[in-house]
Amino acid sequence: MSELINTLSLYLKYPFVRYALIVGVLVALCSSLFGVTLVLKRFSFIGDGLSHVAFGAMAIAAIFNLTNDMPLVLAITVISAILLLRTGQNTKIKGDAAIAMISVGALAIGYLLMNIFSTSSNLSGDVCTTLFGSTSILTLTKTEVWLCIILSIIVVAIFIIFYNKIFSVTFDENFAKATGTRANLYNLLIAVVIAVIIVLAMNLVGSLLISALVIFPALSAMRIFKSFKSVTVCSAIVSVFCSLLGILISILASTPVGSTIVAVDIVVFLIFAFIGTIAGRMS
Amino acid sequence: MTQLKCENLSLGYDGKEILSDLNFNVNAGDYLCIVGENGSGKTTLMKTILGLQPPVSGKISACGGLKQNEIGYLPQQTLVQRDFPASVWEIVLSGCQGRCGLRPFYSRDDKELAKNNIEKLGLTPLMKRCYRELSGGQQQRVLLARALCATKRMLLLDEPVSGLDPKVTQEMYSLISDLNKKDKLTIIMISHDIEAALSYATHILHIGKSVFFGTKEAYLESDASAVFSKGGLKDVGIN
Repeated sequence: MSELINTLSLYLKYPFVRYALIVGVLVALCSSLFGVTLVLKRFSFIGDGLSHVAFGAMAIAAIFNLTNDMPLVLAITVISAILLLRTGQNTKIKGDAAIAMISVGALAIGYLLMNIFSTSSNLSGDVCTTLFGSTSILTLTKTEVWLCIILSIIVVAIFIIFYNKIFSVTFDENFAKATGTRANLYNLLIAVVIAVIIVLAMNLVGSLLISALVIFPALSAMRIFKSFKSVTVCSAIVSVFCSLLGILISILASTPVGSTIVAVDIVVFLIFAFIGTIAGRMS
Repeated sequence: MTQLKCENLSLGYDGKEILSDLNFNVNAGDYLCIVGENGSGKTTLMKTILGLQPPVSGKISACGGLKQNEIGYLPQQTLVQRDFPASVWEIVLSGCQGRCGLRPFYSRDDKELAKNNIEKLGLTPLMKRCYRELSGGQQQRVLLARALCATKRMLLLDEPVSGLDPKVTQEMYSLISDLNKKDKLTIIMISHDIEAALSYATHILHIGKSVFFGTKEAYLESDASAVFSKGGLKDVGIN
């Protein structure tokens, strides 16, 4: 045990490990806050869809040899998020189908573009990193960390300020609209914020596993807690805890960061589901 | 005093017209029941009144000091709500959202209002409970309390008793009737239950192949009721 702590404190001396922990915790916090809303609005898979769009955007950025692909990826993802949530209710192609379409489409186009125009010698390696997350969380620069901190503060602030509105719109969109809440505006806001979170989270877990970060903490919290507020708070705590633990384990055991975090999330979900069942039987 | 005025209203969705040339007024204190066959456009009419969708043509306007967003609304339950983790208190309080405008948090007044409405509907012991664990009748009462937070004048109810057992149905009806009589709330109710409609309502709007609008007494004499209420009453008898 003391050996473990020694190794850990050794690693924590390196700035890149500290950066990874900071960014990991912040991304986990942001994604879990909006995760509850997404799960309840039956948009669990929007994370998946948008992250594939981000993957496609990254491929485009790579073709043009953009060194800083963040702005382009962010812009394309935000636009797709808006389109997805706008078409959510009243179109011929319903929510789940629209998400599936955009998700698979962007994945295919992204891979195709990377293949045709690739400049890298290790293409499958590149693709694998973008999909499953990479060591890139361990190569963050100071600027990226600051960017992440600022965006996270904005996301958390938006969540707190609009908490009551988000609740109303999630619970009953029609009622909110009928009684004068501008539901479409808040849906748009949610979409934009989600897109930002996803672009942030891609560094951490990669585009295939982002959904896990968004939905697992929310689902875990919903097994046990019964009010919206307690579910939200609990899922934020669970998410931060899992990411922290996941990153530490991955450093110690040299496992891939993204999948380790998700594995921890799954274990916590199982524990919560078990407790929930027992508590349900007892009451 | 007229609160809601419909003039030459045509309704529909996706450009398809399902109802045309509808004219009716709702006065303060009325209890209007909207009846009609399935697919006759009852829910579409309700959505149009609430401003959730635009009318195909014609005009619907709130007047007499009523704003369109001051209409309380008791919707049919959605799938999302059935497993929604929220406490009774959170849901009722969310009815005050419309009053908040751009204000991000609820004021003391909002909370007071929510508390009063919870008490009025006898939900105080359930305040901390989770919505999804309540019985159907209790859930309806929670949504009714929320609607009361959003309005002081007019309440729209979309099939408020569907899925409730006879005893709870009766309680729900007398609750609504109380709100109409004691609190002077104008009630507009969509209903399949023609028997209840005829015993509680003051006015009937029948839509479908034949359109009728008028007082309950006039409705009973009219042709529209002859076709519908017989079938309707038979259905009620079986239930």
